[in-house]
Amino acid sequence: MPAKKLSQSALALWVRKLIETRRVVAPQAKAEHFAYAPLSQAEDLRLDHDVTILPPRKYLMPPSEVLLRFTRKDGYTSVIEHEPMILFGVHPYDVAAIAQADRYFLHDRPDIHYQTRRRSITIVASDVQNASEDVFAACLGTATVHDGFDVLLTRVGDAYVIESRTPAGDALLALAQDLQEADPVSLGRREQVWEDAQKLLRRQVLKCNPQELPALLDAAREHPVWEKRSQTCFSCGSCVTVCPSCFCFDVEDELDPDLQSGTRRRQWDACLLSGFAVVAGGHNFRKRREERYRHRFYRKAKYLPERFGFMGCVGCGRCVKACTAGIANPVEVYNTLLEGAS
Amino acid sequence: MMQTPASTTAEADADLYLPRPATVRSRTVLTATEMLFELAMDDGKPLGHMPGQFVEVSLPGIGEAPISVSSSPDGRDRFELVVRRAGRVTAAMHDCRMGERVGIRGPFGTHFPVDGVLRGRDVVFIAGGLGLAPLRSAIQYVLNHRKDYGRVTVLYGIKSPVERMFLDELDDWSRRPDMTFMETVDRADATWKGNVGVITRLIPAAEIDPKRSIVVACGPPIMYKFVIVSLYSIDVANEDIYVSLERRMKCGIGKCGHCQIGGLYACLEGPVFHYPVLLGVEEAI
Ligand SMILES: Cc1cc2nc3c(=O)[nH]c(=O)nc-3n(C[C@H](O)[C@H](O)[C@H](O)COP(=O)(O)OP(=O)(O)OC[C@H]3O[C@@H](n4cnc5c(N)ncnc54)[C@H](O)[C@@H]3O)c2cc1C
Ligand code: SF4
Ligand code: SF4
Ligand code: FES
Repeated sequence: MPAKKLSQSALALWVRKLIETRRVVAPQAKAEHFAYAPLSQAEDLRLDHDVTILPPRKYLMPPSEVLLRFTRKDGYTSVIEHEPMILFGVHPYDVAAIAQADRYFLHDRPDIHYQTRRRSITIVASDVQNASEDVFAACLGTATVHDGFDVLLTRVGDAYVIESRTPAGDALLALAQDLQEADPVSLGRREQVWEDAQKLLRRQVLKCNPQELPALLDAAREHPVWEKRSQTCFSCGSCVTVCPSCFCFDVEDELDPDLQSGTRRRQWDACLLSGFAVVAGGHNFRKRREERYRHRFYRKAKYLPERFGFMGCVGCGRCVKACTAGIANPVEVYNTLLEGAS
Repeated sequence: MMQTPASTTAEADADLYLPRPATVRSRTVLTATEMLFELAMDDGKPLGHMPGQFVEVSLPGIGEAPISVSSSPDGRDRFELVVRRAGRVTAAMHDCRMGERVGIRGPFGTHFPVDGVLRGRDVVFIAGGLGLAPLRSAIQYVLNHRKDYGRVTVLYGIKSPVERMFLDELDDWSRRPDMTFMETVDRADATWKGNVGVITRLIPAAEIDPKRSIVVACGPPIMYKFVIVSLYSIDVANEDIYVSLERRMKCGIGKCGHCQIGGLYACLEGPVFHYPVLLGVEEAI
């Protein structure tokens, strides 16, 4: 469908309509910050948010998700949880991270739990209006996106350019009133927004092309940066919890009070936690903090790119603030390695 | 009006996490901490594994644990697992009686190349402790197809004589004219008349022909460090070594991230690795 134009008031009416028909989850103010939460009224929508505390990952892969039910008598049955939902106002870097999760969970043998949830989610992306302090998405090519969403909203002055890319997106747009054809001036301004995003979302500067990172890391195993920076690591896993590009999980059984039935669940896990690679007998394959700290960067900038063709970081900058020790910033780490390399 | 969360039960076979039912057909105490279970899938079909592969064993309300298949696949619809009591799932497994039902996912992972490069070569199995459990599957396979291989040697090392498993089979192996079996214990007790010392001591004595042999090893992490050095000293090429590595596993299918060895997944590219693949991989050996 060609791009349309929507006034601010028409946008509010449209959002109201969407809330009536479907569960809508969108960025809203939360104390001094922003967070994704179910939207109950259009007024709470904050398309001007800089970044949310947690990425929308929690709706695609909830912190705790039932995989199976079991009874002692009848064994196991699959439980596929899903919830039709519109993720509204998703920034491009988070859209890019969802595309990564798609690739991660759906390649080869698809994970039906992820797949079903994903299929019931419609994504309304939103170009960034305000940049967060730590963002470096432009250095990783995720300041704007051109696929991976159903609808894209871009603010141009007092109005929005809105474009649907999929039948699901068309269906949402069909609920909007006062849709106008996007005029060339508005489309030109949208181009400008995309161009500006490359500067706006570069609050930190990675001093190399991300394609160079695997080779850089190849030669950096014994670099002092790992030991030095990880000295103050609490092994708390916060840097992983807030990351839209982290997908690791743990699996646990939970018994119902009757002790005869229960559920098997998966939970978010974090490679920074000390027990992540412990096996029976107590052997820990990543015993030292430094090894766990290093693994995170290798997984993101070497193993995932080599295996899946994407870097496990979209430059949202969330881990920078989430880390109370102040050591999780990927840009600082890579730039330090680059200094040594040149 | 908002819709409430939906939850449906989907067709079984599409779910990678859904165990299939299997029943305990017999159990045998092997040692104070190891028990042998014979299982059969409830659908009556063979498991369909190759030696070296593992299954995820589920017990409702307790959890799941990766366990290597210890029996050879040859023409049998039953399979065997050796379970060492090590924690929650394995302890609960020890409580499983004949006729009880468990969940099985898999088989998963790579296998020892018994149907490939091992053919026509001398085969040297090096088993440390519980490492005998997965290797036994390959040893049985090779002995069942004995003429397809050259000399067959099994080296077995354990901490103390009470840890010896499969006494009848060990006895059989030591008597067979068409194979060499050698074993050693780290610490002897009053009953022990055999070799004493670490497993690497057996390697020079085993008369391994480095040009003709392929070595297949399975044991605790510490064993590999020494075994590899020892093999190097008798000129076994890295290309002729296969090892099976254990890691924490929570899915067995390349999704949970727990089993990563550098960029490799022990559940996908392993647990059996061609040793050259691991060279230069930090954390591997
Ligand atoms: C490919 C493969 C093949 C295997 N084959 C066999 C086999 O043939 N036979 C066999 O007996 N075993 C085998 N194992 C090992 C077996 O999977 C483990 O012993 C089993 O998973 C333990 O599960 P559990 O629930 O009994 O123990 P758990 O209750 O999970 O714990 C076991 C021990 O691990 C440690 N541990 C666990 N979680 C943590 C944590 N978060 N932090 C710190 N320490 C922790 C503790 O020391 C604990 O005592 C294999 C493993 C792999 C990966
Ligand atoms: S590593 Fe940090 S900056 Fe990169 S995507 Fe994850 S949270 Fe964002
Ligand atoms: S790097 Fe920071 S956020 Fe991550 S585990 Fe260490 S202290 Fe926690
Ligand atoms: S066991 Fe989960 S990724 Fe290998």
